[in-house]
Amino acid sequence: MTEAPDPAAGEAADAGVAAEPQPELLHGMPITRDLGQLVLHVPRDDVRRVVTALRADGYWQCVDVCGVDYLDHGARALPPTVTPERFEVVISLLNHTERTRARLRVQVPESDPRSPSIVAIHPGAEGPERETADLMGISFDDHPDPTRILMPDDWVGHPLRKDYDVGRIPVQFKAAPGAR
Amino acid sequence: MSVSDIERLDAAVARLAADDSVLRLSETEAERRSGYQADTERMIMNMGPQHPSTHGVLRLVLELEGELIVRSKPVIGYLHTGMEKTGEVLTYVQGPTNVTRMDYASPLFNELVFSLATETLLGIEVPERAQWIRMLMCEVNRLSSHLLFMATNGMDLGAVSMMLYGWREREELLRFFEKVTGLRMNHNYIRPGGVAADLPDGWRDDLRSILDALPDRLDEFDTLMSGQPIWQDRLQGVGVITAEEAIALGATGPILRSTGFAWDLRRDQPYLRYDEVDFDVIVGTHGDSFDRYAIRLGEIHESMRILRQILDRMPTGDYRIQDKKVTPPPRARIDESMEALIHHFKIFTEGFKVPEGEVYVAVESPRGELGCYLVSDGGPKPYRMHIRGPSFVNLQTLPHLMRNSLIADTVAIVSSVDPIMGEVDR
Repeated sequence: MTEAPDPAAGEAADAGVAAEPQPELLHGMPITRDLGQLVLHVPRDDVRRVVTALRADGYWQCVDVCGVDYLDHGARALPPTVTPERFEVVISLLNHTERTRARLRVQVPESDPRSPSIVAIHPGAEGPERETADLMGISFDDHPDPTRILMPDDWVGHPLRKDYDVGRIPVQFKAAPGAR
Repeated sequence: MSVSDIERLDAAVARLAADDSVLRLSETEAERRSGYQADTERMIMNMGPQHPSTHGVLRLVLELEGELIVRSKPVIGYLHTGMEKTGEVLTYVQGPTNVTRMDYASPLFNELVFSLATETLLGIEVPERAQWIRMLMCEVNRLSSHLLFMATNGMDLGAVSMMLYGWREREELLRFFEKVTGLRMNHNYIRPGGVAADLPDGWRDDLRSILDALPDRLDEFDTLMSGQPIWQDRLQGVGVITAEEAIALGATGPILRSTGFAWDLRRDQPYLRYDEVDFDVIVGTHGDSFDRYAIRLGEIHESMRILRQILDRMPTGDYRIQDKKVTPPPRARIDESMEALIHHFKIFTEGFKVPEGEVYVAVESPRGELGCYLVSDGGPKPYRMHIRGPSFVNLQTLPHLMRNSLIADTVAIVSSVDPIMGEVDR
């Protein structure tokens, strides 16, 4: 783990250049520790590599995968090297030995809402990833069972997206045979 | 399990993948293919969602070879009411009323995890007494939830009298809840900033009489069930899982602990004042349905141990934070102070604003790790609220627990996982 360089020390060493505090890195990924929680900002292509590396570090269990739609809140705080996208996939990992947690935030663009599945590394991510795909409309590459989980199979749309309105919509029931 | 056991974890992941115990069919496909399959000489059968022993509306699609279950898949969503979406249109003040309806057998834990997440974002810590009241209520709730498990687990396996005994004990606890919170279920008692009301007069006597009566009743349960050869035959060696498999599948709570892996967030990542009370983390050895039953019985005893310490150590003081921006003013102040009236109006119409940020907070519910992922955009309503329901994740162990077991064991295994469908479907 690389320590964050002290901004003051950087200024002293390189007085000419404006000292921009460099983001702390872990497995090559910028991290933040807001509210005491370790968050890694990982590009899509590196998700599997970073999750595998973290697993070797002791983050054995994937406790949760969920998605966030930042449609109405694009200007959230992110490290300078991370480009905000509409969707985020959030993966929560748990280290039993050191009793710590880590969270991965993966930016997923609106034009191509896909993210790599981590089911091959953490089989427990299967259900949560299906839920994210179902409710948020982010599909997971190489997921063994890419079906709807909470909504009916023939449901149109993804309810947790911000452009999916809360309100009255016709209830979709499957055609049931009549009593007579 | 030690750190060097990453190889064993890898082996478990490979085994789970090779096992092919999950019947990966969509609902529609499962419907189309139900019945006898000539090509594989197997039968695809549907169990639930309206089945008395599926604890609500759980549907299982089973692939059978004779009497043996080869592959299976839990089909869920029958109770999906979009509570995460609802959470985005309710203020933080209204939030607990929503989340409390998720795991309806342990509502206070849902309120707790939501409140803790909100308080972490706000950067406030609730007063000492509020922390202890929350702990008290959660442990009583753990008792009532585990007693409900005892009742349903007994009934599922044919010990029908257990159903009545479990319900009878739980009734006493619900009466205690009603006295403290005003409601038997869905309390909306734990709120961001503290709890809704102070403990009522006489709560110590009520709690003491519960704690005095329960040990004898638990001994009766023990005689009625643990020692019985039929009970043992139905549960021992049924639905076995190893620690590595449980971790790989994301299982927490009694399922993980039944494998001998001691992990309890109350001890390992203490919240509230759990680091100040003495209790043991109960673990099993075999990872079977019997251990999962025995662990819950043991946890009832441990919760009672915590409750006795809380009785002795309950501090005095405020039951909610004295921060006017978060806590509504007392009723009497509204009549005499314009400022109090404005605060009251603001909190109950607009709600309080929570600083921008995102946070994941987890507590140990009776079913495992109950987590809340909260994103705030600086407004009075959560931008995104996600609840990590332990039942939802634990259900993934079902196909692996049921592989190569008899149809008759299905009920025993589902019962031992103890899913609450309200939380699974949210």
